[in-house]
Amino acid sequence: MAPLDKKEEYGAFDNVDEVFKIPTLECGAMADTHTFEAAPEHNEALHFPGELLDNWQEVAIAKMGELAKTNRAFQVYLDACVKCGACTDKCHYFIGTGDPKNMPVARQDLLRSVYRRYYTFAGKYFPWLVGARDLTKEVLDEWYTYYHQCSQCRRCSVACPYGIDTAEISMAAREIMDSVGVGQKYCNEIIAKLKKTGNNLGLNPKALRATLEDLEEDLEDETGIEVKLPLDVKGADILLITPSADFFAEPHIDGLLGYAKVFHAAGVSWTMSSYASEAANFGMFIGSYENMREVSWRIRQAAKDLGVKRIIFGECGHAWRVGYSFLNTLAGPFDFLDQNYPIPQHIMEFTSDAIDDGILKIDKSKNDEFIMTYHDSCNVARGSAMGRKEGGQFDLPRKVLKAVCNHFYDMDQDTIRENTFCCGGGGGLLTDDLMDLRIKGAKPRMTALQQVTTDHGVNKMAAICAICKTQFSKVMPKYGYEMDDIMSVHQLVANAVILDGQDAEEEQEAPEAAAEEEK
Amino acid sequence: MLSTLYAVLFYVATIILVVGTGMKVARYARTPAPLKIPVSPAPRTKRGVWFRMFREVAFFQSLFKSNRWIWIFAVLFHFGMLLVLLRHLRYFTQPVWWWVDLIQPIGVYASFAMLAGLGGLLLRRIVVPRIRYISNPSDYLMLALFLGIVLSGMSMKFLMPVDILGVKQFFLGLMRFQINELPTQPGVLIHLALVATLMIIFPISKLLHAPGVFFAPSRTQVDNARKFRHLSAWAKQLPPLPEGIPEPEEGK
Repeated sequence: MAPLDKKEEYGAFDNVDEVFKIPTLECGAMADTHTFEAAPEHNEALHFPGELLDNWQEVAIAKMGELAKTNRAFQVYLDACVKCGACTDKCHYFIGTGDPKNMPVARQDLLRSVYRRYYTFAGKYFPWLVGARDLTKEVLDEWYTYYHQCSQCRRCSVACPYGIDTAEISMAAREIMDSVGVGQKYCNEIIAKLKKTGNNLGLNPKALRATLEDLEEDLEDETGIEVKLPLDVKGADILLITPSADFFAEPHIDGLLGYAKVFHAAGVSWTMSSYASEAANFGMFIGSYENMREVSWRIRQAAKDLGVKRIIFGECGHAWRVGYSFLNTLAGPFDFLDQNYPIPQHIMEFTSDAIDDGILKIDKSKNDEFIMTYHDSCNVARGSAMGRKEGGQFDLPRKVLKAVCNHFYDMDQDTIRENTFCCGGGGGLLTDDLMDLRIKGAKPRMTALQQVTTDHGVNKMAAICAICKTQFSKVMPKYGYEMDDIMSVHQLVANAVILDGQDAEEEQEAPEAAAEEEK
Repeated sequence: MLSTLYAVLFYVATIILVVGTGMKVARYARTPAPLKIPVSPAPRTKRGVWFRMFREVAFFQSLFKSNRWIWIFAVLFHFGMLLVLLRHLRYFTQPVWWWVDLIQPIGVYASFAMLAGLGGLLLRRIVVPRIRYISNPSDYLMLALFLGIVLSGMSMKFLMPVDILGVKQFFLGLMRFQINELPTQPGVLIHLALVATLMIIFPISKLLHAPGVFFAPSRTQVDNARKFRHLSAWAKQLPPLPEGIPEPEEGK
């Protein structure tokens, strides 16, 4: 992967308008990008066959029929497409790679063509007319290649006149592949790990406790007061479910410290759980209802076991989609929790309310060195919501940012809110073996960022998704930024919040301490 | 002889159209959506969803935002067709409803809008590499079929007038299960044969986008998953997962 080291290989577009120009088609440009396949033990941990079945064709075709019967989206989306082409230029991977099979409709067609062959009149009797084809090993390989070049960000669904969601098709395709024994290493290994340890990192309770204690010390050094990061505290009011990256990665940790400060300032009792020490639910990426349900179930059990009244999710994009849109379905009803609060709640909702209630003492000038913009994470933007009003998932993070920063500028409106571009690493693609794709897929977002850097001097971008943060810290250097130019929203909150009893001298040191931590 | 053939053709076509499409709609309606997947901007109330769907169907809102050229051609074609179809009600009603008479003059010119829309869509399909890439023979044939219908229809209006009253008598007869003489000018026969073809392929083709749009969960679901538990029938049947937290395995 030598070319990755050269910045110029991945230059962003010169101008944000170019993002919306039609890329030249480069057939087969990404045909060789084949993410690692999962080991048999990981497939089996997810209740899938370990290796490719002998009668895989039969099983895959049957699975397709089952999905058409059990999932309305699958059924309707495969029928309704008129090939109008409105989605063709909307995918960041197509814009970044030019490979026509990364156009949403072409990606759907990889599966639609096979579905038609076996399940529709036209495809059975006139396959050449409607582009229907048999399910062969080549087709399966092609599925594996291109359904792992979709980050399930749903930008194409917003563009489609019928709302056809390629994410649903790519989830279904991955489920079909899993059901015949072809799984992706990154996703399946992680889900298997979570089932063993409670989080994607495979972090055991002892190690987690030690990590949190270290962070508590850092907080005390910084603020001069005891700010807790409680774990497994029975009888706490709030259970915080946060991505495990918040325990280890930068800038994620700084976000975690931000939640802790907000909770501390609000004077609420809260805890994390070592059993449900992961917000992310990779079951969604592979389209597996059963696995998603199992992962979600841990949250229910942790909440019951600890006797909490509320569940709050940390900054994690896909987790929030599962939390907001699916958790009640998968692990509800949550009748044992306090019904006066939304179940679950997002940390952004909590912080926003705390700001409204005047609970947080804020010194915005602490963030004056940062000229901020905000990246709407795809699954938060298009698969969930926040707050009491429609569009809260866009407005609340911006409101919180503006409350703690003096300098904020939005990027081009066609690249934010419901039109936001994926970071390039979502949907189970945040793995090193897809680095080339990830860098190319980040191109549209990076171009929009460079535009506000030129126009307004923006030097930092904030996000509320663990995947976005990791992805950007890896790919931003390829586009001329530093790896710490991506920040957690609650990192900025942490910088600006002044806790009671925090003495003036140490306040002065706060930004430096934070800067040191980043190294 | 020809009249009988066309009569049978139209009975069969109507049955296939109604029953076939009905079966598809029933299947869409019957198939559960296991999860809440509304896509932004998602309304939080049923009323909001009705309003959203109205904007989608009446104005092609999403298409307007995503591709202005396709939107223009799609609007010309679909709304042109709507007016033309409404105008055609005059061949099935006796006496003709007053409002059908009212739109008669616009209805005639709407065929030009249809033609422009179809031409634009076909041109895009041929000229734009992205759209050419995703097109199958059926996508071109569908446009060709519509063009055939529009052109044969327009030829009867503007070039070679036919015994339109005879055509009306034929259809009024069909509606009463009697077969009247069908005028045999080529324009009539071609136009009607193509229309019957369209009716027959409707339930087995991409024309299903018309009912399909009303069943896309991403657009038709209410965004209220936190408030109301959404559980599909098959999910209710899943075996319950174990309660409680298992003792941690002896680890490192």
